[in-house]
Amino acid sequence: MERQFKVFRYDPESSKKPYFQTYTVDVQKSWTILDALNAIKWEQDGSLSYRRSCRHGICGSCAMKINGKNELACELQVFTLKGVIKVEPLPGFEVLRDLVTDMDRFFGHIEAVKPWLIAGLSPTDKERLQSPEDRKKLDGLYECILCGACTSSCPSYWSNDDFLGPAALLKAARYCFDTRDEGFHERMDVLNSRNGLWRCHTIFNCVEACPKDLNPTEAIVRLRARLAAEKI
Amino acid sequence: MEHHRHDVVVVGAGIAGLYAAMKAGESADVAVLSKIYPTRSHSGAAQGGCAAALGNETEDNWEWHFYDTVRGSDYLGDQDAQELLVKEAIPVMYEMEHLGVPFSRTPDGKIAQRKFGGHFGQFGKAPVQRSCYAADRTGHAQLHCLYEQSLKCGVRFYNEFLVVSLMIEDGVCHGVIALEIRTGMLHAFWARAVMLATGGYARAWKVTSNAHANTGDGLSLVLGHGIPLEDMEFVQFHPTGLYPIGILVSEAARGEGGYIFNKDGERFMKKYAEAKMELAPRDVVSRAETTEINEGRGIDGADYIHLDLTHLGADKILERLPQVHELVFKFAGVDCIKEPIPIRPTAHYSMGGIPTDLDTRVLLDGRETPVEGLYASGECACVSNHGANRLGTNSTLEAAVFGRRGGMAMAEFVKEKGPVVVGTAIPTQHVEDEVAHYRAHEGKERASVVRGELQDAMQNLCGVFRDEEKLSKLVAKIADLQERFEHVGLQDKSKVFNTELNELVELKHMLDFCEVIAKSALARQECRGAHWRTDFSGRDDEKWHKHTLAFKEKDGSLRFEYKPVVITKYPPEARKY
Ligand SMILES: Cc1cc2nc3c(=O)[nH]c(=O)nc-3n(C[C@H](O)[C@H](O)[C@H](O)COP(=O)(O)OP(=O)(O)OC[C@H]3O[C@@H](n4cnc5c(N)ncnc54)[C@H](O)[C@@H]3O)c2cc1C
Ligand code: FES
Repeated sequence: MERQFKVFRYDPESSKKPYFQTYTVDVQKSWTILDALNAIKWEQDGSLSYRRSCRHGICGSCAMKINGKNELACELQVFTLKGVIKVEPLPGFEVLRDLVTDMDRFFGHIEAVKPWLIAGLSPTDKERLQSPEDRKKLDGLYECILCGACTSSCPSYWSNDDFLGPAALLKAARYCFDTRDEGFHERMDVLNSRNGLWRCHTIFNCVEACPKDLNPTEAIVRLRARLAAEKI
Repeated sequence: MEHHRHDVVVVGAGIAGLYAAMKAGESADVAVLSKIYPTRSHSGAAQGGCAAALGNETEDNWEWHFYDTVRGSDYLGDQDAQELLVKEAIPVMYEMEHLGVPFSRTPDGKIAQRKFGGHFGQFGKAPVQRSCYAADRTGHAQLHCLYEQSLKCGVRFYNEFLVVSLMIEDGVCHGVIALEIRTGMLHAFWARAVMLATGGYARAWKVTSNAHANTGDGLSLVLGHGIPLEDMEFVQFHPTGLYPIGILVSEAARGEGGYIFNKDGERFMKKYAEAKMELAPRDVVSRAETTEINEGRGIDGADYIHLDLTHLGADKILERLPQVHELVFKFAGVDCIKEPIPIRPTAHYSMGGIPTDLDTRVLLDGRETPVEGLYASGECACVSNHGANRLGTNSTLEAAVFGRRGGMAMAEFVKEKGPVVVGTAIPTQHVEDEVAHYRAHEGKERASVVRGELQDAMQNLCGVFRDEEKLSKLVAKIADLQERFEHVGLQDKSKVFNTELNELVELKHMLDFCEVIAKSALARQECRGAHWRTDFSGRDDEKWHKHTLAFKEKDGSLRFEYKPVVITKYPPEARKY
């Protein structure tokens, strides 16, 4: 079936301002948006740029704004959308080219929360024990694929991109709530800083945007409670 | 061209590259170059787990794991490497736990383990729980953890840098040249030690479980320097690719008890592997499925069969196989709690690759002479752990164990040699010229068309079953496509994020190594592991119990040599499941 795609185009090397280009694609049943973008790139216009790799929602490369919502292009089926389909880069991030945004800042914020296990010496010849119940506390935290959909949907981030953003704070929670971790105090400064937990206004856009159904807002709220408890 | 200097440069940020970077980073100045952001690497797609004979759930020991790996490889693996793999698996798994990998747990708090095809206790008897897992997101959990640990060690990341050339002169590697995708600029990275950890190449098939990035770049990069490729004819087809696109339904689905059925509702594995049924190794199951389909017993006569999990119940599926559940729902509209999943074999894993020694040093002659300063590990390398067929969960293991070994070996080497000197007399101009040539490519052919025809040809002529006629056709087809490649035009003239240029470079790599695969497969006149020639009956140890080494000559032709398999304990025996 023929469908129309209105795609954001921008090349800093050309004198043209950003614009939308419309492509007509003969889409097949069960095609995703990524399939359609590939068809455009491979059959019509080789100059269209976007990121993709795994094509099944695990690598986090292909987050973009599709019909006004942040989505993974490789997971969203074309048939679920009506009319002309509008495809844009993730908002809130600098556009490098077409659908490609600058992710360096995003990854920098992840690094800022010290996303590694901070723990004393571990037993040398065996694993550390962790009960299945304690391990369960990481469910909903460790699955994040760092696609950026959440941070890009956050109004607090739009107004100040020094804000660590939901993805980085979710990552902090992944370690802070790991019963093997002892690093809460080391992370406290950055979490408690101007650009940390308090800049979140619990607007819940991130929850809406997450393609993996994770809940960064809840993680932020729980981290705040922990912070308050530690301060007392 | 901008110049950089590091003690160690690692190309690739999957489990192999990151483990190496982290280990080397403990004492050396390390840079990682990756054409995609590290956490986008395909290691993150590994679902089922990582093998180690921890014995947390059922009795186990490394000697059984060793035996299974040897047999699984159809006796083509090098047993010194295989023994190292299974022994070091145990401390490495504990190390990954200490680093923070969120493994699932047993009731008493140990790392949880599940069954997987080809892994048995008591030297091939009953299935054993050996695969350490984090639900069915094991690779994701490992990849993220190693990335984060590398950050902690101060490893420098150059993200979205496409390595296009190696600087090798007189048997010494001095670094790499990479294209910065964001700017289109070339950079030279000088290093005392370079590790290639560029992953697999199953993107060359039409139906594949592999990511778009898996284009085997490292292989053709070394081939151009006279370094051979080993055992390239051995490509694994995974039995449970989701129909029709081929994305993977983890073997964990069978490990947890899933059944496969043909259109008559028959659990047909009983005809092919009576004792081990669905848990026979992948080559065996994929051949069984293909035979069923070829003989008209696919579902509704079509080219797929069913994987059924419904008897496992919602609880087990949602707890142990959440990603499988999500994937098949999103991509096939199937709720696997209630209905069977349509599947067929999908190109999955490359057993062959760049020959290395046990410390991951790349071997110039494929036998014993290392290229000074050049290392390789993970799926792009061939030490050889997997021989003719890899067992599930042994590859993330290989990436970890040998990535780690390589990292330590490089750190040691750097200590010995001191820092590298920038700009020794290696000319870099020819790389600039080559990239400029690519950019200026004009012509009526399209890269996507050439690539599509290559993938179709590999699919139809070099799949689960092969024969001389098909492979000869394939060799001719690839030659034709290589010629047409010269007439591929580029529409994108921009320097910024020119992904059409990347795809062109990747296509060139694919054409190069596919030629090696096709010719290696044509030469090997026997059935062994994943390489099944219908025009020959069975394994021929007398003539073919040896590794293939394919060298590219100066005139572009391929020359084949063969080298003996390292046998330390188990001489070849009949392989039955
Ligand atoms: C869907 C799927 C599921 C799997 N499940 C399991 C499992 O459960 N258990 C198991 O043991 N194995 C599994 N495997 C196999 C296993 O995941 C891989 O063999 C292993 O992860 C490979 O790791 P690697 O580090 O070698 O490569 P990869 O993780 O593929 O990384 C390759 C890296 O190289 C970089 N790169 C490549 N070319 C260039 C270049 N030219 N310039 C710069 N960078 C470059 C890429 O950016 C990437 O960072 C699975 C494979 C697939 C496809
Ligand atoms: S391509 Fe990997 S998440 Fe979409």
